[in-house]
Amino acid sequence: MRLELAGIEARHPAARTGLPPALKKLDLKLAAGEQVAVIGPSGAGKTTLLQVAAASLPPAAGALRIDGDDPWALSGRARQRLRGRLFLAPQTPPLPPRQRVVTAVLAGRLPAIGFWESLRSLFYPSDIAGAHAALTHFDLADKLFERVDRLSGGERQRVGLARTLLSPASLWLIDEPLSALDPTRARQAISALLLAAEERRATVLATLHQVDTALEMFPRIVGLRQGRVVFDLARGEVGQRHLADLYAQHEDELGGPAPAADGEADGPRPVAMHCR
Amino acid sequence: MSLAAPALRDPAWLPRLFWLSAGLVVLWPLLVLTEFRPAVLWAPENREPTLNFLAAFVPPAHGSEFLWLVARETWRTVAIATAGIALALLIAIPAALVTTRMLSISALAGRMAALPFVVRQLLRWLLIVLRSVPELIWALVFVRVVGLGATAGVLAIALTYGGMLGKVYGEILESGEGQVTVALLRNGAGRLQAFFYGLLPQNAAELTSYTVYRWECAIRSSVVLGFVGAGGLGQLMDGSMKMFAGGEVATMLLVFIALVALADRVSAWLRLQLG
Repeated sequence: MRLELAGIEARHPAARTGLPPALKKLDLKLAAGEQVAVIGPSGAGKTTLLQVAAASLPPAAGALRIDGDDPWALSGRARQRLRGRLFLAPQTPPLPPRQRVVTAVLAGRLPAIGFWESLRSLFYPSDIAGAHAALTHFDLADKLFERVDRLSGGERQRVGLARTLLSPASLWLIDEPLSALDPTRARQAISALLLAAEERRATVLATLHQVDTALEMFPRIVGLRQGRVVFDLARGEVGQRHLADLYAQHEDELGGPAPAADGEADGPRPVAMHCR
Repeated sequence: MSLAAPALRDPAWLPRLFWLSAGLVVLWPLLVLTEFRPAVLWAPENREPTLNFLAAFVPPAHGSEFLWLVARETWRTVAIATAGIALALLIAIPAALVTTRMLSISALAGRMAALPFVVRQLLRWLLIVLRSVPELIWALVFVRVVGLGATAGVLAIALTYGGMLGKVYGEILESGEGQVTVALLRNGAGRLQAFFYGLLPQNAAELTSYTVYRWECAIRSSVVLGFVGAGGLGQLMDGSMKMFAGGEVATMLLVFIALVALADRVSAWLRLQLG
């Protein structure tokens, strides 16, 4: 899937008015099947960029084209259908704590199947083999029937990535996929993800905190700082000078450990009971 | 007075004293207005009948014929409560699904669109109407319409509880983390799919425990409805009360306690299974 952002300005819906927008006049073009990593210091607008690209956050200005279509010019129904062809994986894996891994992974397939089929799959998982194969890519095959709240933070993050493999999407927008993983696991997970994307000819746009992993795995690197594209280069062309500029005043994040995702699930909340 | 003295005094003391006395000043007229005179309970002319009635509680009535009657009416009470809750769910579940903001696709991109907003508000108002009429009033209405008996009780519980359950279900669904559901919607899942794969597994235990608790409330309220002729234990109790048959009343109160305790255990077990 092609992705095209031209002159995009966007601010987070919860941001106070008067603050500068998170993205300023941002231009970015991805050809079908491209694999691009977005790096940059915290607060650069990486997550907002993914939300805009996922047709989840309407841009304040500029044009968004997904495969040539402007999602915000479509009807609500057509836009929701278009969302089914992209996949936005948030940094904290969105998994209900009491759900089983197999169900959580198969939830990636929801846009492709009808309502009754998805209901039937809750009684007996419709594609156990597919879920198993996806989990195998991330070394989690033994957790297939485990409950999500029995998993560690890193395992949950990999379950979230396994869900990507089952989605019918051909544009994958992945936010900090490695934040809760140790370096070895991170490398393994990202290469499994990119390989699967290549097989499916899916376009990948991922934000990453680990600069070295990005440089090693992704053919094209975009540096984002204060809502602007600082550089947009092939892997080999990114030099120390680029990185130093990108992370000026944020040197601790360059090569430092990524901030841990708060993947801890909270237990059941007390419910207010009213009765007379 | 030394300079250090004020620093050692609790600075919050004066406001606290003020609000405490202000509270009493406000409360006093209320007590007068509600004729709150606990001494009346212990006045000699009231004490004797009260104690006589309470003394009649022991021993609880336990004739086999009466126990058989109580068992049948208990079963009817449980049936009224269960059927009422089941019908209430028919109102509450669709209403909660429609009203909850969490399942709004248009709200994903900031503000909810106008039409869904209006539909949600209309349904909220319908739920308010349903639950603001007490089940006792509904029962009196239905007793006129369908005659004395369990049907009136079932319908009364269904309407009031439908309104309550719909509101609280919606609030439970909105109170949790929205991230899971929003992620599914953002990735193109349908509203109901997002409910079954995101919202429901997150909130199943809370929803269940609230439903069982409501069932318990329905049993209590079906007893009250019995007093206006809507069937069940309440109707039996009404008769016993009028005859001042303390032993019979005591037996039925014991049955209530047992039913509520049962509901409590069921709820705890279900929470354990789902939690």
